[in-house]
Order: sequence, then structure tokens, then C-alpha cells
Amino acid sequence: MFDPIPWLILSPLIWATLAFVQGPGRGGRLAVAGVALQLALAATLAQQIIAGGARVYAVGGWGAPLGIDLAADGLSAVMLLLTQAVALPLAFYARAYFAAHAAPLRYFWPLTGYLLAAMNALFLSADVFNIYVTLELLGLAAVGLVAVAGGAGPVSAAMRYLLATLLGSGAYLLGVALLYGVYGSVSLAALAPLIAADAPTAVSLAAALMLLGLMLKTALFPFHFWLPPAHGNAPAPVSALLSALVIKASFYLILRLWFDLFAPIASVTAAQFLGALGAGAVIWGSLLALRQTHLKMLVAYSTVAQVGYLFLIFPLATGAAAEVAASAWQGGALQAVAHGLAKAAMFAAAGAMIAATGRDEIAGLAGVATRLPLTLFTFVLAGMTIMGLPPSGGFSAKWLLLGAALASGQWWWIVVMLAGGLLSAAYVFKVLRQAFLPAEEAAHFKPLPRTLEWPAFLLALASLLLGLWASEMLNLLGAA
Amino acid sequence: MKALLNIAVLSLTGALGLVLAWSILDLPASAVRLPEQVTAQLDMSGVAHPVTAVLLNFRGYDTLLEIAVLLLALLGMLALPRQASGSKPRPVPASPMLQTLARLLTPLMVLVAGYVLWAGAHRPGGAFQAGAVLAGAGVLLHLAGLLPAWATPGRALRAGLATGLLVFIAVAATLMTQGTLLQYPPGWAGALILVIEASLTLSLGLILAGLYLVLADSKVQA
Amino acid sequence: MNAPLIYALTGAALFVFGVTGLMLQAHLLRKILAFNVMGSGIFLVLVGLAQRTGIPDPVPQAMVLTGIVVAIAATALALALARQLLDQSGEMRLPEEEAGKDKLDV
Repeated sequence: MFDPIPWLILSPLIWATLAFVQGPGRGGRLAVAGVALQLALAATLAQQIIAGGARVYAVGGWGAPLGIDLAADGLSAVMLLLTQAVALPLAFYARAYFAAHAAPLRYFWPLTGYLLAAMNALFLSADVFNIYVTLELLGLAAVGLVAVAGGAGPVSAAMRYLLATLLGSGAYLLGVALLYGVYGSVSLAALAPLIAADAPTAVSLAAALMLLGLMLKTALFPFHFWLPPAHGNAPAPVSALLSALVIKASFYLILRLWFDLFAPIASVTAAQFLGALGAGAVIWGSLLALRQTHLKMLVAYSTVAQVGYLFLIFPLATGAAAEVAASAWQGGALQAVAHGLAKAAMFAAAGAMIAATGRDEIAGLAGVATRLPLTLFTFVLAGMTIMGLPPSGGFSAKWLLLGAALASGQWWWIVVMLAGGLLSAAYVFKVLRQAFLPAEEAAHFKPLPRTLEWPAFLLALASLLLGLWASEMLNLLGAA
Repeated sequence: MKALLNIAVLSLTGALGLVLAWSILDLPASAVRLPEQVTAQLDMSGVAHPVTAVLLNFRGYDTLLEIAVLLLALLGMLALPRQASGSKPRPVPASPMLQTLARLLTPLMVLVAGYVLWAGAHRPGGAFQAGAVLAGAGVLLHLAGLLPAWATPGRALRAGLATGLLVFIAVAATLMTQGTLLQYPPGWAGALILVIEASLTLSLGLILAGLYLVLADSKVQA
Repeated sequence: MNAPLIYALTGAALFVFGVTGLMLQAHLLRKILAFNVMGSGIFLVLVGLAQRTGIPDPVPQAMVLTGIVVAIAATALALALARQLLDQSGEMRLPEEEAGKDKLDV
């Protein structure tokens, strides 16, 4: 049987390195071919997992704890599929964006390749130290992409992002060091049976350090300070990649650590605390999104808010009945996927609008409805998922989360979700209202190539259709 | 406000330090004993030095990704838009004394790098240390005014920078036809590790030198 | 208490110093140095704890070598970014958050 696991990691590494040898500005075709191949590989892996259950792959043939194991289950397959499915349309979009924009492209493609390699390696890793290496690869690639635009704004945003991500991985690595000190292994499979409710203090400290580091990387409120400048200042294809995918990687790890590795020591109090931070993110991020005057900053603060929903999993699924926990868990995973697709579409649409109007301010959007109907429609479809309107994927996700909150009697999370929904409707309509105003006399619209509009539309459509395909996705998610 | 923040951060990190020290002093014996496993499998690893065996064989996959991290850092530096500095990056003239010394030392440093690479199989050494010595030679040559800074590496240089990673990936992928990723066949491990380490030495030397030589070309310095 | 545990405790102290410096120092070079102090602290904890029984353990030693290379890479990128900021703004520090960006009272 052909095994796609190692090739999911090797493919982006190979094309990124070849694109680097080709030189600045080159490698677009290679990237499109590579990502298309990876999408096929991820789909193959998903089929294999549905048919045969979770998989372990021993790199070097040694097996844990001496060697490094890769592992793939339903959740990792979902994340791998999401990553390649978002990256492929964005690759087409980026080619058109850099061609139309005359923006400096330089080493965009190799940086993107290493970013995807890091994500795929992270989703497949079953070794906490190996995960640290993938986290650093991911962080440096993301920082390099933010800085690629140049200028004081992007460079200082990249610097702030770099310092935040290094502090985060430092805390994570100290946690790994403590775990190795206590148990003598860094393999998830070897560690999981050893961690019990009466684990020594060092293990609780390790868990706290690792989770805090990853929360900083996920930009959970109040650690979100680095995200809006980084995502708002980067070129649109980069913002889309970072907001849709990169923060999900560290969130995926938080899920893994909380529900697999540290499950015996995870307390309800800590889960409520994480939920409270998530609630803070939903409210604070939405309020600030509403106050932004620049389109990309609005979309970036919307990411801060949407990350908050993800953290409602923890209070809803920890210490709850199995059925409630499953519903919360599914809702959270669905929210991660739906937001990934919708936010990529939203940033891509925002980039297209900015490219056409030549202005970044929301005030400059008047006339977009008549001149760029497809792009505005994309923004509306993505906005439906962000707001959680049926039949979008965002609706299914929030519905499952609401159901879990109702069933476990934690009504305060329902209040947060409803308030967040209303606020997100407010900021989406803030953009739409301006776009439907008649264009100013002096306004000049640059014609856009179709490849700058269609990939974003397809992503938005996928986020909408996810609501109808939710059962298929949850089926894959549940495959163990 | 600023003082308040300082006090908050200091008390948080201070508390963290105390908990950290306390939990370090309160550790039970570890359940998994990897040193024994490393010793038991050392004969199979193709090298005689346990750290090299872990780096290139047992946990060779970490090392593969780590080379990618290093190349990526250089890539990130090259991707930064640089302002037109007006003048071509020209080596700064140095004293004839330094130039002569650099010319004398460089061949010796290449020799040392070769030795350190070879020694890695059975004693402390290996590709990273050898690459660092090569990079040191590159920096020395630049400081002596004999090697220009690398504003925009040409194709040959980029190929050299990428060789180590590409060879590593090629070996790892080829081995999949026989087993899993990076599974060395018995008897071949030593030779394959030497091939990987030799190409890594070249690329690591170039990358590490590049981390300096790319930064050396900046408007500020001129 | 034996020697490896003293290394581990020293590492813990270095980590705390590094994190504090990373958060409180304004000058970017100091931040980058603080990051390296933090990293060295982690490496000492990793190696020190692993050999507290007195038997040297090659696995964390190899991990620390990997960690050092990663730290070099991150340091180089950070220095390059700091230099760009210096070229552009003439200052080795991050600009203060623009007023109102993250505040409600705009």
C-alpha cells in the first residue's frame, strides 16, 4: 500500500528548496503542482484512515521512544486536508496577486513551501521535541512572509511576531525539557500512559508552560497583541495563509495536549479559565474589529474574535458527559475548518478590493458592489460563516457548541456566542454598507484578472458548503 | 503604568522561577531509560559516537528539519527588501598583516573542518562543527577584505546552500524503497551518514557564513 | 544535591532572567540577547535533569545541539529584522503601539 505520510512532508520541502535554487520571484508553477500533489496525498490518507483507522509511521524504523514516530488519525487528516485545500486556491491567487500588484515577490514561494512543510510535519508528529522543531520552522517561515513586503510597518510587525513566537516556543521547549526530566521520553505514545492524576508538580508546570506558549502562538486574548499588525500588514495572500492556517497549527497542538497527553491532570477550573479567555477574545476582538478604519485590520481583529470560539471547547468538553463532550469537540473542530476556509476567502477578497480601489480604508470601498460583484459576493459568503448563519460551516460549528452549552447547563457561554454573533454581523455589515454606496466620481477601479477573484470565491463557497458536508467531515474526525 | 507593568512581570517570572526550582528538586526517577537503548543499538547505527548516532540516525528526522530551519533563516534574511545602498558591496580594505594571516589560515581551517567531519563518527565532532569552522574561514576572509558580502547570491551559490538539504532528502527518500523514511539498511548506515554529513558540511559552512555575509552588506555599514 | 541538579537549577534561573529581559527590555539587541539567555537556560535544564542519576544521556545532548542550531537561525533572522528597523527608523526598538489601535477610547 502506498503510504502518503512521509510524502506529505517531503513534497513541500523539496519544491521549496528547488524554488529557492531557481531564484527570487520564481517557483510559482512548481508550488501549484506541489500543493496539488499534496492535496491528492492528503485525500488518500483521509480515505485510508476512514477505511483502516489511525496510523503510526516509525521514521528510521526504530520506533518510539528511541526513534521518532509520525502518527495520523482523523483530526490530523482533517487538518492536513484543510491546509492543502486552502493552500491550493491561494497559490493561484498569489500568482495573480503578485503579477497584478507588481508587489515584490522575491522568495515568497520557497517561504510558503517551508511553511506548508512545517504545518504538515506538525500535524503528523507524535513526538513533543520534534513538534518543537516544526513549530520553529513554522514560526520563522511565517515571520519571513510577513516581512517580505518591506517597509517600516511590516518589518516592525514581523519583529514583534518573531519575538512573540520565540517566547512561545521557549516556554514550550522548557515544558518538553521538564517532561523528559520526569519520564525520560519525548514520545507522545510513551508519555501518555505514564501521566496520571498524581503526576509530580513538574508535569503540571510543564503542561502550563507548553499550553501558555502555544496560546501565545495562537494569539488567544490577551496574547493577541502581535496578530493584528502582522496579519494586517502582510501582503493579502500571506495574511490569508497566516490567519486561516498558521494559528490553527498551535491550536491543534493545544487540543492534542489537553485531550490526549494531559487529560488526567486537566482540571475543570483550568478549562473554565481557558473558556473565559476565549470569551474575552470573542467580545474584545469583535468590538475592536468594529472600530477599525482599515479593511485588513478589521479582518485581522475578526480572527482574534473567531479564535475565541475555538477555546470554548475546553469548558464544554472537560468533565462533561461523553455525548456533550463529543458535540463540543466536533463543534470546535468544525469551527477551525470553517474559519480557515472563510478567513482565507475574506482576506483574499479584501486583497482584491484593495488592489482594485488602490485604497486600504473601508471608506474607499464605495462602488465595489457594482464594479466587483463576484469579490463582494465572496466577502458576503465568507461573512455568513463568520457570523454563523445557516447553512454555512460556521453555523453548524456554533450550533454544535451551543448544543453542548445547553446540554451541560453552562448558559454563560451561550450569551457570549450570541453576543459574538451579533457583533460579527455588525462588522461584516459595516463593510457591506460602504461597498453598496455609489462610487465617487474620482474613484478609479483597476480591472482585475479573473484568477484574483475566483480562488477566493471557491474558498468562500467551500466554507458555505461545509455546513452541508459536515457529517462527512465529522465522520473522518471520528475515525480512530 | 510602566512601573506597574515591570512589577507585574517581575513578580510573575519570580514566582515561575520558584515553582520551577521547587519542581526540579522534587523529581522521581524516570520511567523510560533511553541511554541504555542507545547503547544497545549503537552497533546498528553505523557510527561509534552516541550523540552522532542520535543526531543522524535515531533522531535523524529532527536534524533534517533543523537544516531546513537554518536554510529558512537565511532565506528570510534574503527575502527582506534591501534599500539600494548606492555603492556595490565592496570588501573593506584591511591591513596586509590580516590579509596574509587570512590567506595562511584558510587552508588550515578547511583541513580542520575535514578532520572534524571525519572525527564525528567516533568522537565529538561532525557536520555542524565542521561547517562552523568553514563559516569562520568565510567570515575571516570577508573581514580581511578578500571575500565580498553576499547581497544577492547567484545560482551557483544558491545551489551550494541547498545541496546539503537536498542530498539529505534524497537519501531519506531513496531509503523508503527499502523500508521507512530514513531507515538505513544494515551495513550501509555508516557510509550513507558520511555522504549526508559531507554534503551538510559544505552547505552548513555556506549557510552559517551567509548569516553573517548577508547582514554584512547593509547601508548602515557603508 | 548533585552537580547535574545544580546545572538544572542554574538553567531555571537563566530561563527566568531571559524571559524577564525579553519582556521588559526595550532595546532590540537586548531582547535578542535575552532570548539567547532564555534558550541557554532551557538547554541546561534539559541536559541537567536528564543526567541527574549520574549517567550521561546522549539523547538530550543531541536535542540541545538541534536546539542551538534553531536558536542560531532565529537569532540571525531577528538581527536582520532589527537591522532593517534601524535602517528605516534609525532606532533599535519597536515603535510603540499606535494610539487607538488596540484601545476602545479612540
